Amino acid sequence: MGKIQGLKKVMVIGSGPIVIGQAAEFDYAGVQACRALKEENIKVVLVNSNPATIMTDENIADKVYIEPLDINILEDIIRKERPDGLIASLGGQTGLNLAMELHRAGILEKYNLKLLGTNIESINKAEDRELFKNLMNEIGEPVPESEIVSDYEGAKKFAERIGFPIIIRPAFTLGGSGGGIAKNEAEYDQYVTTGLQQSPINQILVEKSIAGFKEVEYEVMRDANDSCITVCNMENIDPIGIHTGDSIVVAPSQTLTNNEYQMLRTSAIKIIRALKIEGGCNVQFALDTKSNQYYVIEVNPRVSRSSALASKATGYPIAKVTTKIAIGYKLNEIQNAITKKTVAAFEPSLDYVVVKIPKWPFDKFATGDRILGTKMKATGEIMAIGRTFNNAFKKAIASLEEKYTGLTMRPEFESIGYDELIEALSIQDDRRIFRVSEAIKRGVEPHKISDITKIDYWFISKIKEIVDFEKFISQNELTEEIYKKAKEMGFLDSEIAKIKGVDEKEFEKYNVEASFRIVDTCAAEFAAMTPYFYSTYNEECELDKIKERNFNKKSKGNIVVLGSGPIRIGQGIEFDYCSVHSSWAIAENGYESVMINSNPETLSTDFDIADRLYFEPMNIENVMNVIKKEKPLGVMVQFGGQTAINLASKLSERGVKILGTSLESINAVEDRKVFEKLLRDLKIPQPKGRGVKSAQEALDATKELGYPVLVRPSYVIGGRGMQVVYNDDELLTYINEAFKFSSKHPVLIDQYIEGQEVELDAISDGKDVLIPGICEHIERAGVHSGDSMSIYPTRNITSKQEKTLVKYAKEIAKKTNIVGLMNIQFIIKDDVVYVIEVNPRASRTVPIMSKVTGIPMAKIAVNVILGKSLKSQGFGVGLYKKSNLICVKMPVFSFQKLNRIDPALAPEMKSTGEVLGIDTDYKKALLKAFIAGGYKFGGRKQRVLVSLNDHYKKPALKIIKKMFGQGYFIMATWGTHKFLEKNGIPSKMIEKFMIDKLQKRMKEGRLSFVLNTPTLGKNSQTSGFQIRTIAEMYCIPCFTSIDTARAYLSAVKTYDKKVRLTTDTVSNYRKKHFFDFLFNKTK
Amino acid sequence: MLATLILEDGTVYKGEHFGAFGTKIGEIVFNTSMTGYQEILTDPSYANQIIVMTYPEIGNYGINEEDFESINPKCLGMIVKNACKNDSHYKSKETISKYLERNGIIGIEGIDTRSLTIKIREKGVMKCMVTTDAIFTEDDITQRIAAICVHKADKDIVFKVTTNEPYVVNPNGEIDLALIDYGTKQGIVNSLAERGCKVTVYPAGIDSKTILENGHKCLFLSNGPGDPADCEFEIKTVEELIGKIPIFGICLGYQLLSIALGAKTYKLKYGHRGGNHPVINLQTGKVMVTSQNHGYAVDRNTLSGIMLETYKNLDDDTMEGFSSERLKIYAVQFHPEAKPGPTDASVIFDEWTALMKEYQAYPVRKADDMVNV
Repeated sequence: MGKIQGLKKVMVIGSGPIVIGQAAEFDYAGVQACRALKEENIKVVLVNSNPATIMTDENIADKVYIEPLDINILEDIIRKERPDGLIASLGGQTGLNLAMELHRAGILEKYNLKLLGTNIESINKAEDRELFKNLMNEIGEPVPESEIVSDYEGAKKFAERIGFPIIIRPAFTLGGSGGGIAKNEAEYDQYVTTGLQQSPINQILVEKSIAGFKEVEYEVMRDANDSCITVCNMENIDPIGIHTGDSIVVAPSQTLTNNEYQMLRTSAIKIIRALKIEGGCNVQFALDTKSNQYYVIEVNPRVSRSSALASKATGYPIAKVTTKIAIGYKLNEIQNAITKKTVAAFEPSLDYVVVKIPKWPFDKFATGDRILGTKMKATGEIMAIGRTFNNAFKKAIASLEEKYTGLTMRPEFESIGYDELIEALSIQDDRRIFRVSEAIKRGVEPHKISDITKIDYWFISKIKEIVDFEKFISQNELTEEIYKKAKEMGFLDSEIAKIKGVDEKEFEKYNVEASFRIVDTCAAEFAAMTPYFYSTYNEECELDKIKERNFNKKSKGNIVVLGSGPIRIGQGIEFDYCSVHSSWAIAENGYESVMINSNPETLSTDFDIADRLYFEPMNIENVMNVIKKEKPLGVMVQFGGQTAINLASKLSERGVKILGTSLESINAVEDRKVFEKLLRDLKIPQPKGRGVKSAQEALDATKELGYPVLVRPSYVIGGRGMQVVYNDDELLTYINEAFKFSSKHPVLIDQYIEGQEVELDAISDGKDVLIPGICEHIERAGVHSGDSMSIYPTRNITSKQEKTLVKYAKEIAKKTNIVGLMNIQFIIKDDVVYVIEVNPRASRTVPIMSKVTGIPMAKIAVNVILGKSLKSQGFGVGLYKKSNLICVKMPVFSFQKLNRIDPALAPEMKSTGEVLGIDTDYKKALLKAFIAGGYKFGGRKQRVLVSLNDHYKKPALKIIKKMFGQGYFIMATWGTHKFLEKNGIPSKMIEKFMIDKLQKRMKEGRLSFVLNTPTLGKNSQTSGFQIRTIAEMYCIPCFTSIDTARAYLSAVKTYDKKVRLTTDTVSNYRKKHFFDFLFNKTK
Repeated sequence: MLATLILEDGTVYKGEHFGAFGTKIGEIVFNTSMTGYQEILTDPSYANQIIVMTYPEIGNYGINEEDFESINPKCLGMIVKNACKNDSHYKSKETISKYLERNGIIGIEGIDTRSLTIKIREKGVMKCMVTTDAIFTEDDITQRIAAICVHKADKDIVFKVTTNEPYVVNPNGEIDLALIDYGTKQGIVNSLAERGCKVTVYPAGIDSKTILENGHKCLFLSNGPGDPADCEFEIKTVEELIGKIPIFGICLGYQLLSIALGAKTYKLKYGHRGGNHPVINLQTGKVMVTSQNHGYAVDRNTLSGIMLETYKNLDDDTMEGFSSERLKIYAVQFHPEAKPGPTDASVIFDEWTALMKEYQAYPVRKADDMVNV
């Protein structure tokens, strides 16, 4: 019993960049794994290409490799490190697939590397559709009628036999990418083709659709001694047919009888035993709504998004226990971290209800296809805990951080006609729950809604309770009793105030406060010490008891850290990184850290990160509820991205102290007018700009500013709706479009300076500024900084320019009195440095810069905020010295998951994650970045499709020549072809409208890549848009900036030279001196 | 309408009434199962008790015709956070409220069940009153607390819940098994019948002679309510049967066997009631998650040499099972029949019925045979 003997060094593979279907949950799992291993004095070698993760911090693992997740690279690391064991079940589908590849390539055997936890054979059985089906048949567990096919013919035969609808599931892909439900032959054709293509083994499962069944999941654990437990079960409110990652999920199940619950639990355990899984595993079932008939839908033989949710929902640390099991422990030998008295061999009992709602990127991608199906589209999710379903559900809706917090009173749905609303009830998209609520409000019979939506009547009737109560509030005089009941049900003060048409302050007279309860895994059966809370009303508050117990340590007071809510495009895992680090730093400074967040995927919502964790919506009322109880010295808002910053003024109005950069300073940089003046005062150049309210004003403005200009509506933040326009026509198209949407708000027109974009993060203590490093973007200005490739240290900046950048940073920091982190973006053109943006908070690049420079930025920022000077912290002030480390950051997109989204780079951010290529040689770092970003090298050089807008024809000439020189054949659209002809570059002309022909070529893989610079207009009918989306669909690289294409060609060139890529830890890269490097090379 | 819960220690909880009207005094206990309220309501082991469900949403799938553990519920009351009014399940025949009403069980909802559970956990199970009377005055409450304090638990509770007449389930079963019903759950009888037992169910007042004379090859002692030490008659019967017939027991049956073999039982502070109790098989080291419902435990320090501890609870280390191969006695504290709860332990029925099959060939001893215990 106990730990496997002789295990000294273990390799952990991370899940790579954040993409839809694989997000922060694997950072949470990975960190838990590393910590669990370190507890056992096992050395941890960590490999991940994602620099925004906490797991790639040097205090989490012993050796951190930020290298591409590619088996050649992994072999190099294995050869160097010689680990005894490998843990792959915590790195998502990526980790699992890599382990399988390492096995198939004989690398595990070659280096005597033991795969810990679930073995290869078991993984294969669970993942390979055919083997899995056979195993299920063997043990008598029902699976829906299906067939595994490797070609179109086979798929067609199945369809003829079974009839539509049919579900298509590609093997070994994450988040079901490439799959879908086909209702007819045309859809079937498309899904089968892409599914076959996207499956790494070109295999898909075509399955009789059982859409409409209930979807229920179980999180199961098994140890090598065959002891099994289920951590929890979860019921999807949405029926089978919508990916579980896109479903609203409730834990535990609400509508299953004990017999049904146990029938599925027994089946899940039977399956995990048959598969011989060691560790955590997720089993998904479909259950008929009218009989005991069920089907096993899927098994994930690893830690998953659902297991992160289950961990947060129950308090049971699945990833940690999975790691302990992998290194040999039995469930009954592992302590229950919550009770500290009992063991991990038990099943949590909940005395609350948990609701998860996905967060979709459709607010950003207005043209996107919002229909939900078997392919996951959500970028993140929120979770809410309540003592009742109604309370949890209401909180969950508020956690989405939308403009409206309620189920009804949403103009978008209130304005729909009755018939249209009924008609629309059958649409399964991200807004369905609001249509259901609106229908209830208008008196549609709940059973009817349930019939149409296939959402269980129980949930509909619960929503009805909420909607009815809203009506009740509006029709009755508000009494203390009604108010209390409303609070218990989850109504926010702002909602009640709106219903009653009164001011929120009126409710203060009732003196009703939220009380906090503990998540303890055991429904209060045992005393728990967990500092993990959720709010409720009209019940006892358990906070004081816990605080008393924990008050043995001397604390200087409490400090609240605001988390960043659900992961969405533009606000990703980087902010969780910052929140977690600030929480640790607060504790190191002798204060108690208090975390508030609503995201179940992240590490910040692990109950052992902060001194106290509150799982609450990031809504001002919910945050204030915590603050009223905690009475903190202040709140840190600069680490939680825009979510936290948006709360700053509301907190300040309520008398809460904002620690670090003050609210006035935040406003000074966020308010366009104030900021413009500030820069003028400092004599810092900035692009000129105007706000216009009509087309004529716009034309006048551009006469003064000159084309090109950057246009954006003033009412949206975060680059939404931003565009570069080059002439009057484009301008008018944009302006008319914008005013059609809203004519009240001006459109902002800025001079667009097409120069070198440069970015820096800095820490300021009010006196001095520390700049860990400066990055330059590969793409010219006009591409959102989150979507551009960037290089550290800079390569094209003169030392004079560098001095100017540093000088400006210092001046701005001082003038605005920044205390803590800040991020500044510049454009350099014709040796003039312009400041285009200042963010008075942690930015997306903080984790990267912290790692590549070795400066723990979040920690230093916290120290500064808490009164330590920069000078006292050992990293000096000014621009920090460079090492020989060179890194290239590369954005990663999830377009394959989202239909009808234009993949073209633009001023608005579209990427979901990023990877880093690190080396001491720029070319190698660049190649590594592309490999890590998923680009394939070494294939035959085929045709390249080039289609350029007029603006970029000339600048692209050199690159196209390069392509030609590197052995690619050029295929160009008419205008581009003519242009190339004139310039002596041979190309084959292809008509833009010959989309079918292009599609066929791409489908057959006879196209190396596409270079297409988009013409204006968000018109999804343009041929360019179609080419780009088809390229995405068939995984053909599609470059929409000539600069990215140039970088790619450079990487191809490096690859073609057969340069051997070597690996090293981040800290070694930093330490390497130039001479060592030379020396090693010559040796 | 208001309903009130008054604890022996004077704490008063006010909530909303559902189910039947009236006033009842009993023992307050909590159950941590997240599903299975119908099985819990109808488990006779809850006789004279008022059950607090820690899971807040109760009644979601209504009451159906299949999931009863006995014909009539024996508990006195149920206390929940939220009782479902619009249940949803294709098998549901009525709401939980309607069912409680028809069966005279008082329900209270809107109670802070978590705080109540913590109270029970910290102070131990206690007596309480549930009432739908309108209580207005302090005096009234004081009087009611006094009434709770003097209330004595019914020592003959087993006789109130046992069957009146013997009956046979699965008459064509190959294993001839007698079962003494101390308040048996239907699940136990079904689990045995499904595995080939012809189960003859006897009332708790049955004497040893009748069992032996009727030629049964094995005996099963069921679960039931109350303090095992109060069951003097039942213990005597068991003592007389030990060594003469292979005996299997669950819950109260297990406790009575322990006492009959010389061990002692003690009252747990707040018992084990739920579907998530981890039990380790001391022979294999394997863990099972079990369904449990008991307020008393067997003290392992009082085991006689002939008893071998077989199962142990991982939460609080209490004893969960023993066997005596020489005497052919096998018993567990927990509920392998589940209902509600996980079915992990159903293997115990497989093991036991396998043994019972072996024992079919053995002769049954007479009532006056001497056995050396």
